Amino acid sequence: MKGQRKIERLTIKQLFREYPYVGDFFTSIGLIVDDYWRILQDYFDNLTDDNLQDIGINRGDLLPQLNLFIDHMEQIRNGSDFEVESITILGGYNKLGEKEDVNITIKRGEIVSIVGPTGSGKSRLLADIEWMAQNDTPTRRQIFLNEKVPDKSKRFSVEYKLVAQLSQNMNFIMDLTVAEFVRMHAESRLVENVDKLVKEIIEQGNSLAGEGFTYDTPVTSLSGGQSRALMVADTAFLSNSPIILIDELENAGIDKKRALDLLVKKEKIVLVATHDPILALMGHRRLVIKDGGISRVVNTTAKEKKNLVLLRKWDAELLKIRESLRKGGIIEEVFWEYNK
Amino acid sequence: MMLITVSGPPASGKTAVILKVIETLQTKKINTGVVKLDCLSTHDDILYRKKGIEVKVGLAGNLCPDHYFVVNIEDCLQWGKRKNLDILISESAGLCNRCSPYIKGVFSVCVIDNLMGVNAPKKIGPMLKLADVVVITKGDIVSQAEREVFAFRVRQANPKGIIINVNGITGQGAHELCSLFLENGLGENVESLTGRKLRFSMPAALCSYCLGETKIGEDFQMGNVRKMTFE
Ligand SMILES: Nc1nc2c(ncn2[C@@H]2O[C@H](COP(=O)(O)OP(=O)(O)OP(=O)(O)O)[C@@H](O)[C@H]2O)c(=O)[nH]1
Ligand SMILES: Nc1ncnc2c1ncn2[C@@H]1O[C@H](COP(=O)(O)OP(=O)(O)OP(=O)(O)O)[C@@H](O)[C@H]1O
Ligand SMILES: [Mg+2]
Ligand SMILES: [Mg+2]
Repeated sequence: MKGQRKIERLTIKQLFREYPYVGDFFTSIGLIVDDYWRILQDYFDNLTDDNLQDIGINRGDLLPQLNLFIDHMEQIRNGSDFEVESITILGGYNKLGEKEDVNITIKRGEIVSIVGPTGSGKSRLLADIEWMAQNDTPTRRQIFLNEKVPDKSKRFSVEYKLVAQLSQNMNFIMDLTVAEFVRMHAESRLVENVDKLVKEIIEQGNSLAGEGFTYDTPVTSLSGGQSRALMVADTAFLSNSPIILIDELENAGIDKKRALDLLVKKEKIVLVATHDPILALMGHRRLVIKDGGISRVVNTTAKEKKNLVLLRKWDAELLKIRESLRKGGIIEEVFWEYNK
Repeated sequence: MMLITVSGPPASGKTAVILKVIETLQTKKINTGVVKLDCLSTHDDILYRKKGIEVKVGLAGNLCPDHYFVVNIEDCLQWGKRKNLDILISESAGLCNRCSPYIKGVFSVCVIDNLMGVNAPKKIGPMLKLADVVVITKGDIVSQAEREVFAFRVRQANPKGIIINVNGITGQGAHELCSLFLENGLGENVESLTGRKLRFSMPAALCSYCLGETKIGEDFQMGNVRKMTFE
């Protein structure tokens, strides 16, 4: 595709019609377009040297830069033609230098939890996946996509990031309302139907959060739970990353099951590093990390699944108690009810 | 010796990232030193020395730090060679968001942080636009959505460079940045910079105020001045 595009012969009007996002190219380098009937080459040729000095770009770089810009934006707009069906973790060596004897393949729609003590290497495992390690990290693990060695150029692709990460202590630093915020994200993904998506994300986010928020709620005033609920919904609908890493969702005050269900419904591969037994058991499998290596892979057993039902019931009770406390309820009474 | 120039707005995480990168380089027995060019003062040398890293500080004082950089970088390079470094990293703060003391053929890194807000990439000039690698820090304190939008805007401002997220505190991504240096740069042995060119010229300056004028008013404005227009 590169090189065949003869944009320099287009008028600026044609250019904008063909590539609606090019306005961002001009504003982001600080150029003002006034005459839309001009041929692009002509426009570039007629910029004064002073003008170019001001914006800090060499004349000869303008067209190649614009072409590269369009390449990247087209990649985002069209999405990748590369679909991740599975990732495979091929063991390396743990911190003691012992062979990590694993070969694990995780498929789309699967939830895998990662458990292990602090400092055991959970984050390192996530980083290995994100980096698509090829024996070139401290663990010397190797990661395959669709059971093949991935193309190295994908490592630094902003257009196609393999991994989206939902982290525990995140803040919003932008002074925007929920709707403006989601819209901005949607626009940067160059998707169509922005309005519909914004609506859907806010609705889904609300269904995950304990307490509701509206289109007009400033993101900076969302509670921790609300923020995470919004981000889960946002990631499910807007992120093009096939793999989602979740870091300690436990204290989030959101509906964990619904959150995971939503992500899995969107055909994501979900990896959850957690200490929360409910989340750990929600995984189809769990990787036990010890001394920097995966020491055990446990398939969640039928009995565990049964226990999970119980655990969730307890969790719901706990939530009720929390709710009751908040409203000035008498906790004795809640326990009394439960003991019956 | 390989030369890597690192620049970025104040407090964006340059030192934090360089320290993490050097930690990895040290495990590979690659001898790395740093020159820090700043305006008035810096504590960075203490941080580097604490890690046993060879460091040299240059303070521009009341001169433009980027002009100061260009004037001194050759001597820094020769210093690094005398110290038998395998890699010399220069750290300098881009104060006016305009300059880029990037040199053609020398690996150039720009460090910016997510906290600057999604409109920041538009405001930073050649320092961001002409970098070979853009390192984005402080992703740990913003949301996934903000990280994505920020990276997208960086991509718009610099379509050519490699964009990488590094956490200056935990070091996540530093190992990856390090392999990037080794794959892309180590072949580039820089013996001397004399005769090399900057990627982009520095802003036109030299008005009376550059030369020490302190009084305000038409009568005192001389040289290269530009006035705002009002309707
Ligand atoms: N949370 C967080 N803090 C960071 C990160 N990177 C750097 N910091 C912090 O940001 C502050 C500034 O980092 P420095 O590395 O000193 O920044 P700098 O660009 O070298 O600053 P100057 O040399 O003074 O221009 C320090 O307190 C760092 O600990 C990051 O990824 N996350
Ligand atoms: N197999 C390995 N070989 C060498 N170093 C390793 C290995 N696995 C992990 N490490 C290193 O051990 C350190 C601690 O690992 P990591 O940060 O991943 O722990 P963690 O389980 O995420 O801890 P926490 O629960 O506190 O977040 C890191 O510096 C990591 O690079
Ligand atoms: Mg961790
Ligand atoms: Mg510093």
